[in-house]
Amino acid sequence: MSTKRIGVYICHCGVNIAQTVGIEELKSFAATLPQVKVAENYMYMCSEPGQELIRKDIKEKKLNRIVVVACSPRLHEPTFRNTLVSAGLNPYCLEIANVREQCSWVHKDKKVATSKAKSVVAAAVTKVALLEPLEEKEVSVTKTAMVVGGGIAGIQAALDIADSGFKTYLIEKEPSIGGHMMQLDKTFPTLDCSACILTPKMSDIKNHPNIELLAYSEVADVKGFVGNFKVTVKRKPRYIEEAICNACGTCAKYCSIAIIDRYNEGLSKLQALHIPFPQAIPAAYVVDPEECRYLKEGTCRQCEQVCKELNAINLDMQEESVELDVGTIVVATGFDVFDANRKPELGYGRYENVITGMEFERVVSAAGPNQGELLINGKKPKEVVFIQCVGSRDKTVGNEYCSRVCCMYTAKQAHLVREKLPDAKITIFYIDVRAFGKGYEEFYDRVKGESVYYRRGNVSEVYKKGDKLICRAEDTLLGKPIEVPADLVVLAVGIQPSAGARELGKLLKLSTSPDNFFLEAHPKLRPVDTGSDGVFLAGCCQGPKDIPDTVAQASASAAKAVIPLAQGKVKTETMVARVHEQACRACGYCVEACPYDAIELQLQEVNGREKSVAVVNEVLCKSCGACTGVCFSGAIQQTGFTDDQILAVIGAIGKEY
Amino acid sequence: MNFEPTIVAFLCNWCSYAGADLAGTSRFQYPANVRTVRVMCSSRINPAFIVNALLEGADGVLVSGCHPGECHYVSGNYLARRKLVLLRRFLEHLGIHPDRFRMSWVSASEGSKFADVIKEVTEAVRPLGPNQIKREQVWMQQAL
Ligand SMILES: Cc1cc2nc3c(=O)[nH]c(=O)nc-3n(C[C@H](O)[C@H](O)[C@H](O)COP(=O)(O)OP(=O)(O)OC[C@H]3O[C@@H](n4cnc5c(N)ncnc54)[C@H](O)[C@@H]3O)c2cc1C
Ligand code: FES
Repeated sequence: MSTKRIGVYICHCGVNIAQTVGIEELKSFAATLPQVKVAENYMYMCSEPGQELIRKDIKEKKLNRIVVVACSPRLHEPTFRNTLVSAGLNPYCLEIANVREQCSWVHKDKKVATSKAKSVVAAAVTKVALLEPLEEKEVSVTKTAMVVGGGIAGIQAALDIADSGFKTYLIEKEPSIGGHMMQLDKTFPTLDCSACILTPKMSDIKNHPNIELLAYSEVADVKGFVGNFKVTVKRKPRYIEEAICNACGTCAKYCSIAIIDRYNEGLSKLQALHIPFPQAIPAAYVVDPEECRYLKEGTCRQCEQVCKELNAINLDMQEESVELDVGTIVVATGFDVFDANRKPELGYGRYENVITGMEFERVVSAAGPNQGELLINGKKPKEVVFIQCVGSRDKTVGNEYCSRVCCMYTAKQAHLVREKLPDAKITIFYIDVRAFGKGYEEFYDRVKGESVYYRRGNVSEVYKKGDKLICRAEDTLLGKPIEVPADLVVLAVGIQPSAGARELGKLLKLSTSPDNFFLEAHPKLRPVDTGSDGVFLAGCCQGPKDIPDTVAQASASAAKAVIPLAQGKVKTETMVARVHEQACRACGYCVEACPYDAIELQLQEVNGREKSVAVVNEVLCKSCGACTGVCFSGAIQQTGFTDDQILAVIGAIGKEY
Repeated sequence: MNFEPTIVAFLCNWCSYAGADLAGTSRFQYPANVRTVRVMCSSRINPAFIVNALLEGADGVLVSGCHPGECHYVSGNYLARRKLVLLRRFLEHLGIHPDRFRMSWVSASEGSKFADVIKEVTEAVRPLGPNQIKREQVWMQQAL
């Protein structure tokens, strides 16, 4: 093996590293390590002057291996690989010694941290000396995208990708797109009518030549990788031919089965054969198979009789499976509201006049059960109490996070009560008011000025006394318990990831954060990327957010999803497995271990003799190293993580320096 | 003097290494005697690495990957678990206390859990005292 010329570059990271790691001591130590020709330090190695320092040395001092002693390779490995490329060196001749996230930030004692940093550097130098240049390969990309979830996030993302000129499949599990925004009456802080700003976008989805909407469908399986995903979509039977139905609604008049209207949050009823709401897209009826008399009991079929001419009803429809080839995926599965039954002390489910914020939206909506009149049991409430943070910031229900929209939607709803009932007494119980967005503080101020009483305190109990509800709380500003009577109590329920999100996450190999929302690749620098290349996040599936943030994130996600499609190529994994044919015993353990079926036993001529050996398909290989982990003869090796390299690192890292 | 055991921790890139990074970003402190080795997936770990680390002087070894069902490569962590569970028994035969080796699942969002795991491993190994089997013991190597 030829000797290497190694350069070690130590970053101070301002004081982030330098305050706990002795830079000078580390530098002198690094200079003594085998094959190290240069050891340098600099304030910010990732800055342009820092990178230039490395480039200059590569050229002038003929360095051929570089160790950067800095932050996590998960952060700046790509940056420094590019530095090597721009100096004419193979990008894989680089090793990062992580002395920030895994050293200076987690230890306080300078002596101890410096000594640990030395072993980390020694290990990196040992490894870099054993690294070999690798070649990057490219494969072509299927120039289509898939968006999962048809709320405002999915709608916006699909429209943006489609407008960029790429075919987009939009998958929605419900019979119509629209999501929660469709259920809202007005939207804070501008009080725009929610349907008025959403429904035009929904019809754009329907009419866009590049968009294919698969409503009432779910993702059943995902194979492949960025650029070449193979997706299986399950299309639930609608029992109505979507392409034929003209939404005339005659059939529904003949359906005698009444079911709960989920669009109206169960506050009204509709038929088992129904359209979810008038502006639904696709504009087609659907049969609820759980409730339809024919599908349950085998008799009825009345509706078919009325639709004889068009013949859009097909009660024998079966579930279908569709295969899609897509290059990139946007996940926009949104949220479910917190189930208020989990806070029984607040009386939800027990008292009719305790409702959730989402139910309130329907109650006040002109398209809601009371045509927009604020009536509770047919009467106008005189006293209205809002309770904030129901299911948010609450460890007892496992949701420590703030749902970010409840403060503002409560303010909005209080304003709507004031508009409809000028004389009502309105009280809002809050813990803290978070009015963080553009125009939010101003809106909150305005609502406070509309004789809405904000009382700081957590309601501990709602109980009935006569014909009133009593909300008992501790007013934490007055420091004493209070009781406020109410005719209507509105619970500002928080936001949780939607029920099926976890399953989808498993198919796409997405991680979740402790709050169960999908985890982004980096909280600051890669907020819409995920750990799975080619899969991006939009909207509330990543964390609670309001409509402006949802739309912004959706457009960001779309822009990211378009990049590989526009490039037409993606890089394949470089650190793939390689086989040493002579050593291979053809035991086939690696074939079994490979999760991607990337390895096969094939007959090959080795040293003039025909023998069976493992052969790696480098396009399918995802560089996990599972094969190497089971090989007895050391014949299959993951490049960049070979047995020799890891053993050498083990040898170097455990020592005291 | 208080014995500070050296721990070598093999971490998968996608979950546990990221979790360790998050512990750093969140400034959760943990014992400095842990040294991490990054691999792409826990399935990359050969049992020999653990034995080697112990021979090279580590007092304890940790292998940490993604939670079951969440491996970036579908099923690598199950494979790792199957292999490494057996190793614990084998260690006893080598005269190494099986508690010197441990597996854990730490996700990319579990920075505080990572710090806790390191503390736990350190405390579990501390009572066992320094690992007597070091590389100098050539016979051990030959026996392998
Ligand atoms: C009571 C209340 C009032 C609010 N008021 C306001 C307001 O006034 N102003 C404001 O800015 N914000 C408001 N918000 C917040 C707003 O509702 C959200 O920001 C917005 O709806 C988020 O959109 P989304 O697309 O991310 O999620 P969603 O609207 O939840 O859409 C997700 C979509 O994905 C579908 N889906 C889920 N899982 C799958 C799957 N596995 N496969 C296929 N499809 C799937 C769902 O059926 C749904 O159609 C309010 C929220 C609440 C709870
Ligand atoms: S990637 Fe974490 S265990 Fe496989």
